[in-house]
Amino acid sequence: MPRIASLLFAVLLCLFASMALAALWQSGTGANAPTDRAAEAQVSQASAHSNEAHPVIIRKPSGPPRIELAGTDPQGRTGSVACSTCHSVRQANLENKTAATLDEFHQGMTFNHGNITCYACHNPNESDALRLADGSSVAFENVMTLCSQCHSKQADSFAHGAHGGMNGHWDLSRGPQMKNNCIDCHDPHVPKYPKMIVGFKPKDRFNEPSNSEHQQEGTAAHDEH
Amino acid sequence: MTNTEPNNSQQAESTANRSLPIVENFTRRAAVKGGFATLGAAAFVAAVSPLRQAAKNTSAVEFMQQHYTELSPEQKADVIARLEAETKEKYGADVTISDDRPIPGTKFVYAINLSVCNGNGKCVEACHKENNHDRSTKQSYIRVIEMPKGTMDMEKGSTTYSGIVPKDDKFYLPVQCQQCDEPPCVDVCPVKATWKEEDGIVVVDYNWCIGCRYCEAACPYHARRFNWKQPEVPAEEINPDQSYLSNRVRPVGVVEKCTYCLHRTRRGKLPACLEACPTGARVFGNILDKNSNIRWILENKRVYILKEELGTKPAFFYYFD
Repeated sequence: MPRIASLLFAVLLCLFASMALAALWQSGTGANAPTDRAAEAQVSQASAHSNEAHPVIIRKPSGPPRIELAGTDPQGRTGSVACSTCHSVRQANLENKTAATLDEFHQGMTFNHGNITCYACHNPNESDALRLADGSSVAFENVMTLCSQCHSKQADSFAHGAHGGMNGHWDLSRGPQMKNNCIDCHDPHVPKYPKMIVGFKPKDRFNEPSNSEHQQEGTAAHDEH
Repeated sequence: MTNTEPNNSQQAESTANRSLPIVENFTRRAAVKGGFATLGAAAFVAAVSPLRQAAKNTSAVEFMQQHYTELSPEQKADVIARLEAETKEKYGADVTISDDRPIPGTKFVYAINLSVCNGNGKCVEACHKENNHDRSTKQSYIRVIEMPKGTMDMEKGSTTYSGIVPKDDKFYLPVQCQQCDEPPCVDVCPVKATWKEEDGIVVVDYNWCIGCRYCEAACPYHARRFNWKQPEVPAEEINPDQSYLSNRVRPVGVVEKCTYCLHRTRRGKLPACLEACPTGARVFGNILDKNSNIRWILENKRVYILKEELGTKPAFFYYFD
């Protein structure tokens, strides 16, 4: 019996020794990493903290919309025209609220933005600009001023980063921040945020199809008590 | 069975005299003992065989690596260089792993506007890509829960929803690590592989974690993930902008978690999930800065925290317009 025991012990010793040897050999091949990188690894944490404040850039619309022409002119050119091309020579109907009451043009447009008229926002006297509630004109680029007249709560939240998406830096001492404009997300004529389709789904234990027994882990069991 | 009967012993002796001497005194008891001893030895060898595999996969330097907080700058540089080389070797991608430390005077806080979140899941996808998660499991640190209206109990929700969102009778609750001020996950770690840093982010030393998953069980927000297998990411999809405590490709068998994208946020940038959100529901900032967006929200909105009764003190807020 002692003979067998000592034999086993010897086998175990050999096993451990070989494991240690293998590990050492591995280290010999893998350990020759360069050591001159101490400085590089430290760079990011010591990155120059400048005090110059970067701006918050709110995206602006490029300008008044242009209408793409359907056909071509006698020279065969396609093109786009400004709103004023037609509207400067047409009488403004201040009563219009939806596309349904229009006799021509803009027929296919959907409108679902409260019970307001076209000229509540569009300027009847200057069709390449918008119009504030007090009658003064405001450029398309500054559409947020117009929206904020009614949606002051959202404007307030927007000013404090609590409404609307953004990109860039939270720390303005390190870089600028880019914020969306109202009409980047909201169609002014149908401002309700559109529905979306869920694309990406991780495969995890919470995403197994829920059957009667094996529901969301824990919930079913807890509720039955 | 000893030789009690003289007949037997005599017979054995005579047999022994005639044949080979090696079976002398070889009783049944000894045979049984020997048999079980062999079985035991075999079982032991089988049990330690993963260690032999580990010796093959893990270099001794990696095995002997100190805890992150005990590494000298030179050691850190060595470790990082080794990890970069390993990523190049295993994934064929040239990556830069930095050691981003907390910015003095910051405490990171997140807020989500549940009035506008529509559950589209872009944040989940952005996290997946930013943090070099395993492609086949579509791992992500964020889980969006579809909730019945009228409750804030996240256990009543479901993550299996699909199709067109938002649904009229539901609201959507994105849940990720809440970077608690009293983190239960940190308390339960038997090897101190996870801890809370000065800017409030709970991090994991992925080379120190032993993969016991206690933290995963302890987290009331189900925010931790386990790497069941070596993450597979195509070389061209690897985000090369990495940090040791954050989005470097994690080893198999360790627990990982959201770090508020510290490889971005500790450099002043916004987290990837925030930038990806098409509804603008996400807000991120420094709660120590009086003029920050976060402070304004806490002072002016209806703010909720998840599972408040547990006393985990999350650095993560949910609000309604």
